[in-house]
Amino acid sequence: MQDLLHEPWPWYIAGPLIGLLVPTLLLIGGKQFGISSNLKHICSAILPKKPDFLRYDWRAVGSWNLVFAAGIFTGGFIASRWLQGGTSIQVAEATQQALTRIGFDMRSIGLVPVELFSLGSLLSLRGFVAVVVGGFLVGFGARYADGCTSGHAISGLSDLQPTSLLAVVGFFAGGLFATHVILPLLMS
Amino acid sequence: MPQHVTTQNVTIHNSFGKLLPYFLVGTGFGIVATKSQIISWYRMQEMFRFHSFHMFGIISSAIVVGAISVWLIKKLQTRHLGGEVIQMSTRVPGDGYRFWIGGSIFGLGWGLAGACPGPIFALLGNGIVGAAVLLVSALLGTWTYAVLRPYLPH
Repeated sequence: MQDLLHEPWPWYIAGPLIGLLVPTLLLIGGKQFGISSNLKHICSAILPKKPDFLRYDWRAVGSWNLVFAAGIFTGGFIASRWLQGGTSIQVAEATQQALTRIGFDMRSIGLVPVELFSLGSLLSLRGFVAVVVGGFLVGFGARYADGCTSGHAISGLSDLQPTSLLAVVGFFAGGLFATHVILPLLMS
Repeated sequence: MPQHVTTQNVTIHNSFGKLLPYFLVGTGFGIVATKSQIISWYRMQEMFRFHSFHMFGIISSAIVVGAISVWLIKKLQTRHLGGEVIQMSTRVPGDGYRFWIGGSIFGLGWGLAGACPGPIFALLGNGIVGAAVLLVSALLGTWTYAVLRPYLPH
């Protein structure tokens, strides 16, 4: 029990639990596991003047999904407050060395690097590109591809959808380019 | 909440009791996502550098469990708690552009920011202030897509 509190949960526990989200949401109300649609629902809810794509009844379509996202927020809060989440982040030795080489301080790491996410960093070019532009591309790309990691990689591939495989190949192509080409340039 | 909505249909779908299960399932996901560290920027770096099996193990075992479940649900013509037979929506492929172009754009952001949409909400719950910047940027990206949508190849 103590180990479950202090150590990161292993893949063979976390993965199957995440996989079970797919049938759980289907059985509760026929909903498909997916999170990025919430970004669309929020835009539809708050924007005064909306393009056609955002004109729909977000309450009818998206309430369950927004409540689901509020749950994810709450789960994150519970884990950080009472279950020692977000502490003792462990990454491979090779990753520590690679990130140290391009200028990250790996002696004590949290969930996100201060080199990109601190207020000072956000106002620098590297933090702005990684977090503001990065976040923008996540929102833009998820809607363009009609799904994100949950909707395509987990839900879509669970349903053996070929379009999801195409999207997931794109996800990784983009991620590899960002990691191996853009990030080193930003940090230099 | 029901007094704000107009049609009876919406009222039924949005009653507290109907929505509570989604909240609880989301809470479970938020805890698992935090404790397995998949919301960590560093874990994404580890994955995109192929230095650890952790992320790949999580994603692939989730797909295996999900796929077996979906197969069973379809085969048994299972009904959900609302009483209807469960159906999965199929995306229209179109010319397919949106999946690989949109996917690659999403991937660029995923690699840089180190978070996809689910983890953004979990990071906020963990008190990571920068995640609020991620959320606002992602909303701007979504809005921009909505505006440019008619001009993009799909």
